Amino acid sequence: MDISVIIFYIISVVITGGALLAVTSKQIFRAAVYLIFSLLGVASMYFYLENNFIAAVQIVVYVGGIVVLIIFSIFLTQNSGHRLKKPDGKRVFFSALSVLSALLLTLNVIGNYNFKSNSNNTIEPEIKNIGMQMLSTTQYGYLLPFEVVSFLLLAAMIGCIVIALKRN
Amino acid sequence: MKVIGIEHIVFVSTVLFFIGIYGFLTRRNMITMLMSIELILNSVCLNFVSFNKFLYHDKLEGVFFTLFIITIAAAEAAVAIAIIINLYRSYKTIDIEEADELKF
Repeated sequence: MDISVIIFYIISVVITGGALLAVTSKQIFRAAVYLIFSLLGVASMYFYLENNFIAAVQIVVYVGGIVVLIIFSIFLTQNSGHRLKKPDGKRVFFSALSVLSALLLTLNVIGNYNFKSNSNNTIEPEIKNIGMQMLSTTQYGYLLPFEVVSFLLLAAMIGCIVIALKRN
Repeated sequence: MKVIGIEHIVFVSTVLFFIGIYGFLTRRNMITMLMSIELILNSVCLNFVSFNKFLYHDKLEGVFFTLFIITIAAAEAAVAIAIIINLYRSYKTIDIEEADELKF
């Protein structure tokens, strides 16, 4: 068995196991910690796919930003040792049933689909190529979406401050 | 690298997506529902990157979509947590069944 196959299976187990524990854990702080493992697994899958820049962005934004934000909000809104309310059995049963059937259907479709690539030359997803295309104004350049996203982030920041501001 | 095909990575991202859906359906706490949404967005990003890597490696579109999804997910998480904290201040709970003022 090839070493890269073994690494792939380890990464897959970390991703799915972390996600499963994150959605079923009874304590909310533990769920956040399991979420970190799942997100780090996704980042290592990006490394495995040789997309180093995306992997770095994933670690910086998700693990360094969003999970820390979630943990702060857990501390601000409830005591962290507090156990979550058990979801009622009927909801769990029907959710699991529908999710499992949809999962099997999708896996079946993917397994039978014949993926084939018809592109010949390769552009390496390096930072240089990504940056050149991201900020280019010619055709297939992404300067306008980049600016729109920067405005969106500014609006989200101001909106967060306005929403979370303490009114007296 | 050639040993692992695109199907395996799409399998993993499908499983991740449906775990997120399951968490979104069963959890009743707003923060844990937000965590499920993050899992769903991650699986979508994984799909974009693997399709770009295996099928369309002469383009970079999947990488750009992933970057924009990550950016918008950060903005979405920040706004959601501001709303949750504000809701907690007025209701003293973040359970989704309790906050039903606008429902009726």
